[in-house]
Amino acid sequence: MIEILSVTGPASVQDLGRFDQSRFGVGTSGAMDDVALRAGNILLGNDENAAGIEIPMLPFKLRFDRNMAFALTGADVEAEIAGRAIPPWWRSHARAGDILTVKAMPRGARLYLAFGGGIDVPMVLGSRSTQFRGEFGGWHGRPLQPGDILPCAASTTTIGELGVEPAEITLARPNAAADETIVRVVIAGEYDGFDAATQALFWSSSWKITPQSNRYGYRLQGPAVKPKAPIEKRSHGIVPGVIQIPPNGQPIIQMRDAQTSGGYPKIATVIRADLWRVGQARLGSKLRFEQTAYGEALAAEAEMSAYLERLRTNVRLIEEIRTCR
Amino acid sequence: MTTLDRPRISLLGTSALLFEAPGAFDLPHQRRIWALAATASKWPGIREAIPGITNLMLTFETPPRELDTLFAALNDGWDAAEGLAIGGREIRLPVTYGGEVGSQLQSVADHCGLSVDDVVSIHATPLYTVFALGSHPGYCYLGGMDPRITMPRRQTPLQRSAGGSVSIGGSQTGVSASPGPSGWHAIGHTSWTFFDPSWPTPAALAPGDTIRFEIERVIR
Repeated sequence: MIEILSVTGPASVQDLGRFDQSRFGVGTSGAMDDVALRAGNILLGNDENAAGIEIPMLPFKLRFDRNMAFALTGADVEAEIAGRAIPPWWRSHARAGDILTVKAMPRGARLYLAFGGGIDVPMVLGSRSTQFRGEFGGWHGRPLQPGDILPCAASTTTIGELGVEPAEITLARPNAAADETIVRVVIAGEYDGFDAATQALFWSSSWKITPQSNRYGYRLQGPAVKPKAPIEKRSHGIVPGVIQIPPNGQPIIQMRDAQTSGGYPKIATVIRADLWRVGQARLGSKLRFEQTAYGEALAAEAEMSAYLERLRTNVRLIEEIRTCR
Repeated sequence: MTTLDRPRISLLGTSALLFEAPGAFDLPHQRRIWALAATASKWPGIREAIPGITNLMLTFETPPRELDTLFAALNDGWDAAEGLAIGGREIRLPVTYGGEVGSQLQSVADHCGLSVDDVVSIHATPLYTVFALGSHPGYCYLGGMDPRITMPRRQTPLQRSAGGSVSIGGSQTGVSASPGPSGWHAIGHTSWTFFDPSWPTPAALAPGDTIRFEIERVIR
């Protein structure tokens, strides 16, 4: 078990998400940076869908009450356990009573803390992710609080230290400036409802991520992007990544806790292979959209899968070498 | 709202697509959507078929390599779809109109040039049909509201509207299943439970069910 000692902002229990309940109005929830959560679970030999903790703000502190392996992935991190510094994207080991302190995130927006065996909260509607609106899943359907004691499943994970190359390095995009995230999007249903000049403005603008951005959606600020004539759609299903344009012309990217339906015009959708980059984009930083075709989006997903497959292979090889010694 | 003259299919990235049917926002068209959803949910590679208001979203288990076959199957499926008349349950839902939760009752009356009693009586008369579920867990989109009590959605959504709010948004009405932000106008409330993740089917209502609002009380 682990005990939360200190938490800032809405940290929550998340797995990869709840993907087949949309027809009941239940959104996906799940890790905003699913690549990082998968990598943490791979490092620990867990099922990749095992639940971990998503930490959006610091400081964060917890205590282990038994010997346990854990991994920190996602944002760049300044953390220590029992006085030892832990590098980012790293598996480490705690002894019973050790306190893990996460002090700073020099880069990125969300940190993932995965545990050998995973957090053992009940599966609700096929997932352990926290559903905030429905107040179920995760830890009692709510953000974590100091004093919460989370159960972890038993694990056979080996205990050596081990790191992997962060996704942001391996899957780095060309031409990305330091304080700007570039994400690829496929145009959506109402794209043609905007005239050519407005479409050009959407592509060329560097969008500011406003403080009103969170797990529900990223609200962007920039020049007003408005359709040729007002568009009001009949309510229809939407998914995380959809970029809606409300009447004020300021785009909103739907994220993991978004409603499952909407009626605002949709100009484009962030591809699955890049949605984690949005999840790691910090408030106040800039975001730029790059148009991509459906086929290219599938190729980008294949590239992401190949990266994860390499991690699996490397971790397995290292464990085999250690076992042979 | 825009009315299409032929079906329209658009992509939602690589994880889903949206099929929008031509024609009116009415029960016959919605019944064809239910029929198409029942068919498409069995196709290989499809995770879920989610009806909206005269439209259908398909989410992918695995994104199809090429889309033309799927697009053609949807268009053919729509043309072939006989209306699926779902014999749903009829729910009687006691509503307290007005009061703290239903604080917009007077505004709706003023906007529509009606008395509060007229609004309540017009709202409580029809037998509403659940067209689709969506938005948040257990929320139902209802069809059948009398257009005389139409009121446009709020310019700025409320940060928090109570669970159980009976609201009007444009020409639609619905009941929220849990507290949350809303751009609609609450005219009353009900204490019914619409969603419980421990139930075998987590949502109490399904497309095709019908709702009759019963006037429990009117707080003026």
